[in-house]
Amino acid sequence: MDRPSWAPSEVDLSRPSAARVYDFYLGGSHNLEVDRSMAREAISLWPDLPAIMQSNRAFLRRAVRHLAGQGITQFLDIGSGIPTVGNVHEVAQQASPDARVVYVDNDPVAVAHSRAILAGDERTAVVHGDLREPEAVLEDSRVRATIDLDRPVAVLMVAVLHFVRDEDDPARAVATIRDRLAPGSHLAISHASAEGRPDSAESHQELYRRTPTPMTMRSRAEIARFFDGFDLVEPGLVWLPLWRPEDPSSAGDRPERMTGFAGVGRRR
Amino acid sequence: MTASAQDERDAEERSGALLELASRWAEAVAGTSYVSLPRPEVEQLLSGLLRRLVAAARLRGVQTAAAVGAEVGAALVDAHFTSPPTLSRTLAVLLDGPPGGGSAEEDGAGEAGARQRWHRVVAAVAAGFSAALQERALREQEEILRAAAEAREQAEQALHVSEERFRAVFEGAPVGIGIGDVDGRILEVNPALEAMLGHPAEEFRRREVREFMHPADLEQVWRLYGELVRGERDHFRLEKQFLRSTGESVWTDLTVSLLRDEHGRPRYQLAVIHDVTSLRRLRRQLEHDATHDSLTGLANRKVFLDHLDDVFRRAAPGARAGLCFLDLDGFKAVNDTLGHEVGDRLLVAVARRLDAVVASSGHEVARLGGDEFVVLVSDCSGPDQLIALAEDVLAAVAEPVPLGSVQVAVTASIGIVERPIAGIDPAELLRAADITLYWAKADGKSRWALFEDERNARDLTRYSLSSALPGAISRGEFVLHYQPLRRLSDGALHGIEALVRWQHPNLGLLGPESFVGLAEQSGLIVPLGRHVLQVACRQAFAWFGACPGGPFVSVNLATQQLRDEGLVDDVRVALRDSGLHPRQLQLEITESAVIGTDLLTGSTLDALSEMGVRLAIDDFGTGWSNLTYLRRLPLDELKLDGSFLRGLRSGTDVDPVDSQLVASVVSLAHLLELTVTAEGIETRAQVDHLVAIGCDAGQGTHLGAPADRDETGRLLGLEPRPGGSRRAPRPTAPTALDEAPTRSG
Repeated sequence: MDRPSWAPSEVDLSRPSAARVYDFYLGGSHNLEVDRSMAREAISLWPDLPAIMQSNRAFLRRAVRHLAGQGITQFLDIGSGIPTVGNVHEVAQQASPDARVVYVDNDPVAVAHSRAILAGDERTAVVHGDLREPEAVLEDSRVRATIDLDRPVAVLMVAVLHFVRDEDDPARAVATIRDRLAPGSHLAISHASAEGRPDSAESHQELYRRTPTPMTMRSRAEIARFFDGFDLVEPGLVWLPLWRPEDPSSAGDRPERMTGFAGVGRRR
Repeated sequence: MTASAQDERDAEERSGALLELASRWAEAVAGTSYVSLPRPEVEQLLSGLLRRLVAAARLRGVQTAAAVGAEVGAALVDAHFTSPPTLSRTLAVLLDGPPGGGSAEEDGAGEAGARQRWHRVVAAVAAGFSAALQERALREQEEILRAAAEAREQAEQALHVSEERFRAVFEGAPVGIGIGDVDGRILEVNPALEAMLGHPAEEFRRREVREFMHPADLEQVWRLYGELVRGERDHFRLEKQFLRSTGESVWTDLTVSLLRDEHGRPRYQLAVIHDVTSLRRLRRQLEHDATHDSLTGLANRKVFLDHLDDVFRRAAPGARAGLCFLDLDGFKAVNDTLGHEVGDRLLVAVARRLDAVVASSGHEVARLGGDEFVVLVSDCSGPDQLIALAEDVLAAVAEPVPLGSVQVAVTASIGIVERPIAGIDPAELLRAADITLYWAKADGKSRWALFEDERNARDLTRYSLSSALPGAISRGEFVLHYQPLRRLSDGALHGIEALVRWQHPNLGLLGPESFVGLAEQSGLIVPLGRHVLQVACRQAFAWFGACPGGPFVSVNLATQQLRDEGLVDDVRVALRDSGLHPRQLQLEITESAVIGTDLLTGSTLDALSEMGVRLAIDDFGTGWSNLTYLRRLPLDELKLDGSFLRGLRSGTDVDPVDSQLVASVVSLAHLLELTVTAEGIETRAQVDHLVAIGCDAGQGTHLGAPADRDETGRLLGLEPRPGGSRRAPRPTAPTALDEAPTRSG
C-alpha cells in the first residue's frame, strides 16, 4: 500500500543514512555507529573516498562563491544533508550578507539538526522535502517565504542526483524545477560517476543499498543531460577538482581519482 | 651594527623561518580533514597560530605556555582539522620547529631550556587539540542524537495525527472493518462491524476468522481466504453471509485485502464488510416481480418466453414441444357483472388449479396476461399427451369456483399445438397456439382444438391477403374482367359487367370472394371501388365511345360505397375523366344495401339517377326486399338471381313453380318500368324459357363467361377505338346466340 503523502516517514536509526555517512567522511561526529561502520567498510574498499567527499564539498564552496560573485543572493540547496563546516549560507553570506538560503533534505534527522542549528536565522529555512517530488518542494510555504522564484535563484544539487534512481525519473525532476526558474538562475550539480574508477564503483553502490537512498552512478553524458535548458559556464562539466580550482596545483595530477563530475549551468 | 639592528635582522630571519614552517605544516595536514578554506588561507591561519606558539615558548610561565598551546590546539579543531592524522602530522612538523631557528639570545643551557619549553607548548597543543576534538565530538554526538530524537518525535507526532485520523475513519466508517493477522486472529473491529454482527469487540478478539464460517458458504470463500493468508493473492471480494449473535443471517459484500510488511511478507488481513441484506432483499423482490405475475404468482410472460427460448435452444435432435394455450370463456362478463375483484380472485383460483394439474408433471405454467394462461410441455411424446392434459385442465377449470357467497362457473378454451422443435421457432409455436385457441373459440368454446397445418394455411392466406390488400391497389394488382349482358330477344350486347379480380403475385388470380369481405372489413372497399369505377369507365369508353343508347358497363357497388359521401363525386369524376355518357354506366346495388335505406343513401341514389346513371338491383330474390319497397327507388333494372333459373335449366323438365315465380317477378318489374336481366344462364333452354316469359336480358356462361380485357375485346369484336371511331363487332365473335336460332328473327 502506498503511503499517503500526509502520513509520516519513519525515523529508522538502525539503517545508515547517506547524510550522516557523508558527515563522517568529512570528519564530523554527527553520525552513529551504524553510519561509521558502513563508512569504514567503504573506505577499506576505496581509500580515496574521504578525499572524494572533501573534493565534492570543496566544489560546493567554490560554486557558491562563484554564484555569489555573479550577484546571486538566493540559494536552494536540495539534498543539503547534515550542516557542517562551510555551509552554503556561511559561504554565501560572506559575499553577500543578505543572501537567503533554503536547505531541503528528505532525511528527517538531517532536517531536525539543520533546524536546531539555524533556529532564529530569518535568512535561512529548512524544508523536509524530496527531489523526487519537485512540485511539492517548489510549492512549499517555507520555500516561498524565503526565496522569490521570480528572481534568479541558484539551485544546488550537489551529490544528490545519484541518490535518485532512474525509475524515479531524475531528469523530469530537474526539468520541473528548471521550468519554474527565472532567467539568470543557475543550476550546480555534482554527481558520482563510475567513469573514473570503474573498479571501485560497483562495490560502493552495493554498500549504499543498505541505506534508504541507494546510489546510481551515471556517465558524464547522462549527467550532462540534466543541464538541458542551461548553458554550462566555464569550464563545463568536469572532474570535481577541475571545476574552477582556487589553486591550480591543488587539483592534483590525477583528478579522475576524485570520481565525480561537477558543473554549473545558467538558465537560458 | 646595533643591537636593535641585529634584533631586526634576527626577527626577519625568524619570520622567514616561521613562514616556511607554516607552509610545511599546511602541506603536512592538507587532506587530513575537510577545511572550508583555500590553501593560502590555511597557511595564513597556521602561520598565525605558529607565531602565538613561538611567543608563548619564550615566556617562562608554564601556566601561560600551556594555556596558549591548548588554545592553538582548539583553534585547529575550530577550523575543522578534526582527524587524528592532523594531530600526528602537526606534532611531527612542530617538534622539528623552533627554538633552533633563531633563539640566539639563549646560551647552551638556555638552548636546552628553550627546547624544553617549546616541547611543553607543543604538548599543550596536542592536549588542547584532543580536548577540543573530544568536546566537539561529544557536542556533535549530542546534537545528532537530539536531532534524531526530535525527528522521531515529530514523526511520532505526525504518526499520532495520522493515526487519529485513521482512528476517526475506522470508528466512524459506516462499513464494517476488521483487521486480523495472517493466522486468523482478529485484532480489531470497528463499531459498525460490532453492530452489524451483534458481537462486542472483545468477543471478536477472542475468536478467529474461520469461526465466522456460515453454513451456506461456498467452498470458494475459504479457498480464496486460504490463498490470501498464504500470500498467494492480495484481495478477494464476494457476497457472503454471516450469522448474527441473534442467529439470523446477514448478507454482506465482503472485501478482504492482504497487508504486507516492507519486505513483502504477509502480515495483516483487512476485511471491509458491507451489509447488503436489505439491498439483496430488494433485489430479490425486483427479480421476483420481474419474473412473476403479481396477481397469481405464476411465471410471467417474460419468463415464459425466456424459458421457451431455452427449451428450443437446448432441444435434442428429434425433440418435440407442446403448448396448451388457455383462455377463459366469457371472462369479460364475469368482470363486468361481478366486478374486477371477483374477476381477479377467479384468475387466482384458475391459476392454482392449473398449477395443481401440472405440478406433478414438471410442466411450466405461466400467465401471459388477462385471462390467458399457457402450459409448456417440453420433450413431449405426441399430440395425445397434450390432448389428455388439455382435458384435465378443462375439467379442473370447469369445477365451479366458490368466491365468497357466489359460485362462479367458468369454462375455458384451449389451443393445443404439439410438434417437433426442429424447423420451427418459439414465436411460430406461440402463434400456432394462438391461432388454435381462436379455432377452439370459433368452434363453440369450452373445448380444445388441435393445430392443423391445412386449416392454418387457409387462415394464413386470409391473413396475408388482408395485410397485402392496402398495397395491392397502389401496385395495380387489381384488374377487371368483363362478362357480357345480352338482350335475350336477339342476343345483342345489352351491357357488360365489370368484375374485379386480384392478380396476386404469389397466389395467382383471386376472385372477389377471397378479398371483398376483407376489403369491406378494413374499409379499403371504398378506394378499391373507386379504382374499379375509373378503370371500368375508361374501358367502356375505349370500347363503346360516348354513346347514350349503346351498351353500358355495369359496376358493382358495395354497401359501404353507397354509404360513402364521396360516391356521387367519384362517379361524376369517373365519367368526366373517361368521357363516358352517364347512361352508359350502370351501378349494381344489392338488395340488402337498400333495405332500410337511410336518407343519405336515398339522396345518393337520387343524385346518381338525376345524373343519368343507371341503377340496378343485383342478385334480386336473395334478400328480403319486396318490389313495392323498391318502387320508391329510382331504379332502372332488376338483376334476377341465378338461383331462380335452376328449375328452368332443362328444356323438358321445367319446374312450374320456378317458372311462375320468374314470370311474376318479370311482369311486376315491367309494371315498375324496370328492365330485367336474368343471371346465371347456363343453358339454351333457360334462354328459351326466359324469352317466353318476357325477360329482357340475360347473363351467364351460356351467353359469355367472364374474361379479361383483351380476351373480352377479342370475343366481342371490340377493339379500342383509335381516334374515336368504333368498329363493328367482328362476325367471328363467339356468342351463345350465334348458335341459337333467333327468336326475333
